[in-house]
Amino acid sequence: MPVLQDIVVTIRSDADIVLARQQGRSLAASIGFSATDATLIATAISELARNIVSYAGQGEVMMRVVESAHAQGVLICARDSGPGIRSIDDVLRDGYSTSGGLGLGLPGVRRLMDEFAIESELKRGTMVTIRKWLK
Amino acid sequence: MEVPILKQGRFLIATIQAALSDADLLHLRRALIDKVIQFRSQGVIVDVTALDVMDSFATRTIRDITNMIRLRGADTVIVGIQPEVAFAMVQLGLTMEGVATALDLEEGLSHLQQRANGKT
Repeated sequence: MPVLQDIVVTIRSDADIVLARQQGRSLAASIGFSATDATLIATAISELARNIVSYAGQGEVMMRVVESAHAQGVLICARDSGPGIRSIDDVLRDGYSTSGGLGLGLPGVRRLMDEFAIESELKRGTMVTIRKWLK
Repeated sequence: MEVPILKQGRFLIATIQAALSDADLLHLRRALIDKVIQFRSQGVIVDVTALDVMDSFATRTIRDITNMIRLRGADTVIVGIQPEVAFAMVQLGLTMEGVATALDLEEGLSHLQQRANGKT
């Protein structure tokens, strides 16, 4: 049986990014995701956790196994109490970046996953929720 | 996690042995540039076989390493990108334009040797 408990990784530094993506990879592998899909999930977590370190300083990545009527999957939620995002439309556009990064973070993460949702409020923080289903 | 850098004649070989944090990647960048200068190396191989993920930061750092080393007149080859890592990179939209890649250490060395022979 897969672990049904939430896994929460506190993100404070770049070392926590590595920890979060490794936990995500193990969780994905534990319910039968292929090595390729587990790597896609780990890469998405790496990008989201790095956004937390770069923009908010600290936050957390929560992950859990989810079930629908047809499939199992993983849900990952990255949240912080940082400055928030002024225009979500802008950050979801390829090529946009405010920190001199590659500007691929969020649109790229959206491509890696089956579902993607983002909520953000200025001065309150940001929450990105992603899901990938086992096919 | 420090990345060992081996001197092999005119070339340097850096073998990543585990997942690297951003700080580790920046440390590798610094160490490689220093050693290229110290040994007047003509070529560098970075073996990323053991790297679990190549996200935007890792890709950018490796591109930076290649560009800096090119300014010293030396070539860099990235070897051992795993198939699933390559798949994730492409999905994410990351490219390694201008960066030479090879399947493994052997092919990487042969690429550097050809480049070095072409110059002399």
